[in-house]
Amino acid sequence: MTGKAAIVGIGESRVGRVPDRSALQLQTDAAQAALNDAGLRMSDIDGLLTTPVRVEHWNMPCGVVAHHLGVRPSYLATVDLAGASGAAMIHQAAMAIAAGQCTTVLCVAGQNLLSHTTRSSAVKKMAEGGSAHPQFEVPYGPLVPSLYALVAQRHMHEYGTTPEQLAEVAVTLRHHASLNPNAHKRDPITIADVLKSKMIASPLHILDCAIVSDGAAAVIVTSAARARDLKKTPVHLLGQGYGLRHSHIGDTQLTTTGAVDAGRDAFRTAGLKPADMDFAQIYDCFTITVIVELEDLGFCKKGEGGSFVTGGRIRIGGELPVTTHGGLLSGGHPGLGGGFFHVIEAVRQLRGEAGARQVRDAEVALVHGNGGVISIHCTIILGGAAAA
Amino acid sequence: MNEESAVNNVIDRPLPAPDAATAPYWAAARENRLVMPHCQDCGHYHFYPRTLCPQCSSARIEWTACTGRGVVYSFTVIHRAPSPAFAAVVPYVVAAVRLDEGPHLMTNIVGCAYDAVRIGMPVQVTFLKASDEITLPMFEPVAAGA
Repeated sequence: MTGKAAIVGIGESRVGRVPDRSALQLQTDAAQAALNDAGLRMSDIDGLLTTPVRVEHWNMPCGVVAHHLGVRPSYLATVDLAGASGAAMIHQAAMAIAAGQCTTVLCVAGQNLLSHTTRSSAVKKMAEGGSAHPQFEVPYGPLVPSLYALVAQRHMHEYGTTPEQLAEVAVTLRHHASLNPNAHKRDPITIADVLKSKMIASPLHILDCAIVSDGAAAVIVTSAARARDLKKTPVHLLGQGYGLRHSHIGDTQLTTTGAVDAGRDAFRTAGLKPADMDFAQIYDCFTITVIVELEDLGFCKKGEGGSFVTGGRIRIGGELPVTTHGGLLSGGHPGLGGGFFHVIEAVRQLRGEAGARQVRDAEVALVHGNGGVISIHCTIILGGAAAA
Repeated sequence: MNEESAVNNVIDRPLPAPDAATAPYWAAARENRLVMPHCQDCGHYHFYPRTLCPQCSSARIEWTACTGRGVVYSFTVIHRAPSPAFAAVVPYVVAAVRLDEGPHLMTNIVGCAYDAVRIGMPVQVTFLKASDEITLPMFEPVAAGA
């Protein structure tokens, strides 16, 4: 299937605090933007993928969204790989097209996670809502950051990773967000700011944690043949991989994840290697996530992620720019749709449309999403015009 | 020296709802015993409890008593409570403990200051009666010389 499917349209709603939009309105805004970007109409869409939302109960999210948008789908599905859903939807759209079930798939996700609820109620819902095991973890009072804090503390113990190195990730992604007009948090921060910010669950401070945002994102995928006749330079799906090594975090060895398997398969199917990537859109729910994933995906050796992120290496202009839109730490995080912004940014970069944050000569990129507590993984590799 | 964590004094803690697969674990905890699912074919202990051994798929699983000893594999000091129930007892320690038998489990470390916990610290199980039905296994440092 490699090279047979292409992304031809991307769109996002306003991101940040958007109190005047419901989940469906935000998704509609993103879908409309993606259609305009592609030069397509809703009647051209015959496949629809979406994810569940947290702010409302939709008993069949793909049906609710398709009907709301007026799509008459030949294929539809709700994709729930938690934070890996964004990357996975691209591959699942490509599979549906390759199977001949539909020709043009709208993938859309997002919600008003910030405005719908208070921050405290969001924290409680997330803590008790499945990331921690309801019988064997929740009674001990973990909140979501504490599950990642266990990973960070162990990583520091085994490899000497430091709080300053964790902070470097937050500082870099805030810098990238400062260059992104639609990012939620754009004021630059320093390592000292991160280390001085409120301790949530040691060693993670509040600035080591993803933000909570309103927002939605949409991507249109079609066949490579059809993509040639459309408005924008197509971005091709070159490879993909999935991985799962645990469900809950409490019973694992903590510092190696299913990203090892997802990354290996993605590079194999694309016929490429980590050194070929011009930039990487790494899922960043917490600063430690980026460090562990850079190791597991093969950009550096296990244990070297902490030093890898320092010295400007993961900044735009560095050796491997990471998550150039600002990510979940600063760009925006409306729940399951959060990882979708990583995909959209990869497309923008590969088209050369990233403006002030454009990565020079960006031709091939990796996008990695994870969900659960670094449990479920999907890696995709995308290529621009030169990769077709 | 900081105060001992008060995490064993949480009122209205969210309590587990035992099901058919996990009832023996909670029944044993009520009797202050820590038990683990133990495969009778490959000898593997696993956690969380499943009906099939995750290593060899055998259904011959028995609940076996553990020594209750282990070490702190990782930990975090929680300063921001996940819910009002825990807000009164921050800071407290959530840890992953590696049992002598092999499995890791999540727990609270009690019986010492929250800032005295270290990775590798030897710990032993202790039990907190949280309701008539639920007793939670927690861990405390092994006393010197014990």
